[in-house]
Amino acid sequence: MIIRSSNQLPQYTFLKRFPVPKNFGLPATSRIEGGRTWPAPSGARHIKVFDVYRYNPDSGRNPSLDRFEVDLDDCGPMVLDALIWIKDKIDPTLAFRRSCREGICGSCAMNIDGTNWLACTRFISETDDLCPIYPLPGLQIIKDLVPDLTHLYAQHEAVQPWLSAKSPEPEAERIQSIEERQQLDGLYECILCFCCSSGCPSYWWNGDRFLGPAALLQAWRWLADSRDEAAAERLDRLDDPFRLYRCHTILNCTRTCPKGLNPGKAIAEIKKMIVERQAEKDQNVGG
Amino acid sequence: MQSRANGKQRPNSPNIQIYRPQLTSVLSIANRASGIVLSLGAVGLVFWLVAAANGPEAYTYTQLLLASSPGQIGLLLFVFAFFFHLCGGLRHLAWDAGLGFDLAAIYRSGWAVVAASALLTALSWLVSLVMRS
Repeated sequence: MIIRSSNQLPQYTFLKRFPVPKNFGLPATSRIEGGRTWPAPSGARHIKVFDVYRYNPDSGRNPSLDRFEVDLDDCGPMVLDALIWIKDKIDPTLAFRRSCREGICGSCAMNIDGTNWLACTRFISETDDLCPIYPLPGLQIIKDLVPDLTHLYAQHEAVQPWLSAKSPEPEAERIQSIEERQQLDGLYECILCFCCSSGCPSYWWNGDRFLGPAALLQAWRWLADSRDEAAAERLDRLDDPFRLYRCHTILNCTRTCPKGLNPGKAIAEIKKMIVERQAEKDQNVGG
Repeated sequence: MQSRANGKQRPNSPNIQIYRPQLTSVLSIANRASGIVLSLGAVGLVFWLVAAANGPEAYTYTQLLLASSPGQIGLLLFVFAFFFHLCGGLRHLAWDAGLGFDLAAIYRSGWAVVAASALLTALSWLVSLVMRS
């Protein structure tokens, strides 16, 4: 069973989830309690069941798992369509982010059927009969499926994702050859949905100090840019036991990226670049 | 991560509790588990050596312990952990060189590690059986 792209679902997994208790290690206020069931409208013939994570900050209660029955004959093909259908027809208080509905804005990233993906590009027909929907894992939840992304954005900013050049500004644009431009393919397409970072076990345990795959992919995007002249400073900032080296090459990031990018490879390239630079330095000292 | 709502700490969404086990994460945790088994096995190895140095009586006792079914299961686990950690280590070595990051390659090498460590365990077990008889 060879998975060729992150788009392919796990056709065969021994387990649907790891054999740990449902609320294993969660703080008391994060434990998920049983929720209510919202039945489909009468007369619905093709019913699909979604278990959706709910949290209302105003209720003062713990998060819960609500069961929604969706009438598939009345609903579009994507998981996002089902969520919009629920919001329109069943419970208008259901909160989730969405915008472009075509996989380019990165707003509707969530944990669908156990893996992170964009709700707008995941077919309902590809999910389990009983499909669980959770917000992105390991993040603080503002409401329902809406996680707080402040820290992830701050980490993105921390890698200084902009061109840093010391040479005097040219009169026209900074030219790249076709080959130099090709180095950025597979890097610039990131939509910052954070499926990768929130799917990374290392990020779950050390997200406060580990930058995570999304930010590190962007770090590599600028290290790989022929026009950028701050590689040394960038590497100095990254060369840290937590910021970079909490990556243990688990590769859940590459497995889950809904844009088919490869954060795992990008991080390996950064590690390699640091080693090569160190070797160069040692050689200069020796010579 | 200090955000609060109504003075109450916001809940954390579940992670390991809900994320589907995939070859990537399962082999990673298995690599760590096999490392732990190897450390415990190293203690066992020292125990065996000390017994051998201690004289025939202690050595016979340890051999009996190893020949018992729990001992055999433990030994098999140790041998499997050894090969699994070895093959997994080679996989990581390739990654450190920047090789094999294509998702298909990740899965191919992952299953190869599983198959190779099972095969090598069976082979070494077979060799030991042949040598004993």
